[in-house]
Amino acid sequence: MSDTILSIKDLSIQYVSREIGTCRAVNNVSLDIQKGENLGLVGETGAGKTTIALGILRLTPKPQGRVTSGTVEFWGEDLYKKSEAEMRKIRGEKISMIFQDPMTALNPIDPVGDQISEMIWLHEKITKKEAAAKAANMLEMVGIPAARYKEYPHQFSGGMKQRVVIAMALACSPELLIADEPTTALDVTIQAQVLDMMNGLKKELGTSLLLITHDLGVVAEMCDKVAIIYAGEIVEVGTTRHIFKDTRHPYTKGLFGSLPDMNSHSKRLKPIHGLMPDPANLPQGCKFAPRCEFCTERCTKQEQELTAVSPDGHLVRCWRAVEEEGGV
Amino acid sequence: MKTAEQQDTAIHEIKKRSMTGEVLSRLVRNKGAVIGFIIILIVVVACVLAPVIAPYHYDDQDISRKFLEPCADFIMGTDNLGRDIFSRLLYGGRISLQVGFIATGISALFGITLGAISGYYGGKIDNVIMRVLDIFMAIPNLLLAIAISASLGTGIASAMIAVGVSSIPQFARIVRGPILSVKGQEYIEAATAIDASDMRIIFRHLLPNVLSPIIVQITLGVANSIIAAASLSFLGLGVQPPQPEWGAMLSASRVYIVDHSYMVTFPGLAIALLVISLNLFGDGLRDAMDPRLKD
Amino acid sequence: MAPLLEVKNLQKYFKVPAGFLHAVDGVSFQIEEGQTLGVVGESGCGKSTLGRVVLHLLDNTGGQILYKGEDITKVDHHKLSQLRREMQIIFQDPFSSLNPRMTVYQTIAEPMQIMGGYRKEDLQNRVMALMDTVGLARRFVNTYPHELDGGRRQRIGIARALALNPRFIVCDEPVSALDVSIQAQVLNLMLDIQEQMGLTYIFITHDLSVVKYISNHIMVMYLGQMVEMAPSDELFARPLHPYTQALLSAVPVPDIDHKKERIILKGELTSPINPKPGCRFAARCQYATEECFKQEPELRQVGENHTVKCHKVQA
Repeated sequence: MSDTILSIKDLSIQYVSREIGTCRAVNNVSLDIQKGENLGLVGETGAGKTTIALGILRLTPKPQGRVTSGTVEFWGEDLYKKSEAEMRKIRGEKISMIFQDPMTALNPIDPVGDQISEMIWLHEKITKKEAAAKAANMLEMVGIPAARYKEYPHQFSGGMKQRVVIAMALACSPELLIADEPTTALDVTIQAQVLDMMNGLKKELGTSLLLITHDLGVVAEMCDKVAIIYAGEIVEVGTTRHIFKDTRHPYTKGLFGSLPDMNSHSKRLKPIHGLMPDPANLPQGCKFAPRCEFCTERCTKQEQELTAVSPDGHLVRCWRAVEEEGGV
Repeated sequence: MKTAEQQDTAIHEIKKRSMTGEVLSRLVRNKGAVIGFIIILIVVVACVLAPVIAPYHYDDQDISRKFLEPCADFIMGTDNLGRDIFSRLLYGGRISLQVGFIATGISALFGITLGAISGYYGGKIDNVIMRVLDIFMAIPNLLLAIAISASLGTGIASAMIAVGVSSIPQFARIVRGPILSVKGQEYIEAATAIDASDMRIIFRHLLPNVLSPIIVQITLGVANSIIAAASLSFLGLGVQPPQPEWGAMLSASRVYIVDHSYMVTFPGLAIALLVISLNLFGDGLRDAMDPRLKD
Repeated sequence: MAPLLEVKNLQKYFKVPAGFLHAVDGVSFQIEEGQTLGVVGESGCGKSTLGRVVLHLLDNTGGQILYKGEDITKVDHHKLSQLRREMQIIFQDPFSSLNPRMTVYQTIAEPMQIMGGYRKEDLQNRVMALMDTVGLARRFVNTYPHELDGGRRQRIGIARALALNPRFIVCDEPVSALDVSIQAQVLNLMLDIQEQMGLTYIFITHDLSVVKYISNHIMVMYLGQMVEMAPSDELFARPLHPYTQALLSAVPVPDIDHKKERIILKGELTSPINPKPGCRFAARCQYATEECFKQEPELRQVGENHTVKCHKVQA
């Protein structure tokens, strides 16, 4: 497939520590992102979303983190076979990342404009002056007047800072943007501004997006494809329509049931009982079985593979969903 | 909502899980803390039993045997007056340990209380307490100790009070900072909302959560107090010769450092050993008392 | 029926180096017993301060708080102790709201120990009963908060608030730090205990879908002022203030077929320090006219129980 920009195959990442033993944070995850596509990666705290993102960029924390299997291919080239120098060029230039807290990405003692222009200057063969002009352009593009080029991060509000970070991430026109909960720390009206802006910029620049979030509402507005992740495994993946209109996995259904619906008058929510399993002590069989109302004996013993339930790429990891509702 | 959790109706015994047992069991598993504790214990016991252990009296002078290198009869040698250094160390330890612990106790008691009150109430009270302490801090510690000691007269007691009082500001400062940050936590508001008294909030909610810096300061404080007391006796205040005391022994022998280095070495080692073991023990204690640091 | 709580023209200003920060400025509302008032707004709009002033955790600058018809803004120590038994608070952050050095038992038992009059046995039984009520397994009684997950920690906080059988609870973003599946569990729990114990809630949140689910009435706050208040369904069906409209349209809806016109607000929250005269929302409002910048609009009744603070809305 020539249009596949990023292909993750069978990725497993573990954290090892003396106190808690081996933590299986990501287990055999495979994902593809096509050019220009928005993929949403949805899961709860501790599901392994951020670990996957760091794994893609080869930033798994050392020494406790270990990639135990799998490959990450960017335009067909295995990132894990690159040298550290090549990787540094790819990060920022080809693949950029935005974190939840904008302050982690901004240097508090440098003017924001300088931080963006330095980023451009490091990655492109242009003069400092040209880089500064381009940085000013980027600021205008994310809706910050270029006049504020010389201001410091603390002079901006939370939403503005996140925009600066986005400007920085997009400064070198990366082909893939990984956004880890980019709007979670923002107020809804500001979130709306930032999402709106990201959508516009994406169209303009043709960037692909891996959006990591826990918010199904944000996914519905931003994404073409969705992968639901639970205890380090993908339990359901498909187009946004598959996931929202033809939900198959009991966990995905549980997520929707847990959301208060603004347009209905339901009296009680239908939450998922129990808690996510401890990644240092995952159950045998289906990881969701202990919380699942349809759990059978087979579920506790053996896990279903991710199996297609429709011809156009809707995959589910659930015995019941595949068998009772018909596989392909 | 019925969850599996609610079927758990067994009567669980409510354990006093706070300090005591749990802290001890965790302390025992910390090698550094155990070693530190053993050394402190040995030093303390040796000093207490000085009259039994010491081969000579601390004031047993004999000019004919002055400046003897360590040998079988005098395992740490003799000083310029021919006194046995080992015996003097044992007797001196009794004074030094007393001064170290009691002086630190004084400064900790007042410093922590003042710092906690200052941090918790804030505003005017904070301003008054901290400015007064600032004035004390502006005067060099030793000068302050000399002034106090001079007005109280010579002797161990006044040395301890002088040294203790002069380090109150450090304690107050070290407690006040963390208290300010813990004060902003929601569980302090929660305590106010359930009508907890100010004293209860300070002693039950604030102080237990700022223990780490306090313990570190105490272990360092003991060492500082020993040294400070030594400076006082060197100036003729505090402990009076021929009463031995580690710091005093150290400063008195410094003139002979080139020719008779062992005279400085042994008192120096004694102080260093005590400080290291106190620190080891203090670190272990701090970790053991923090329920968040799980084994 | 007389309202359980009535707040009249409540004000809370903080002194800051640049002047006065108007955290709560002229807020009035009533809550009937057993009802829930939802308070929504964005960060910095003063909603948390409002909750704390009502509970007397902060002193008010002006206005009145009537609890059972009695003004409680100036009460003596004895009366305050009594009030604190009846009025409680549940916090947002399940990590910072519990003392890390106290076990579950110590935390839940503390309010009763402070009040006194419990024998040891009664105290233990009462703590166990409270743990059952909030769905916290009894085996956790001797654990420390850091050994538990966010959902369970939040249940400890709820149990502590319930310990003295309060009648009124301020819930300050009690579910916003929790994952969705856990959030739903805790929301259901809060509704259950409200039904069982006849509790009255002020539910403070920034999450509009949550506030609709749990509230009877909703008050929208902007920069310390209430801009609109209406029964829950009415507010969602007929939002009148431009800010409420923008807020509602900004919420991402988890439905891909839900197409709606989104109002993107220009600019950011202005500073609540020494605010200028005029409508505080005017700078971001698409309908703003000269009048809006000059004169502050009055709160006006525009329907049954529906009030709005805007020049442009016709009665």
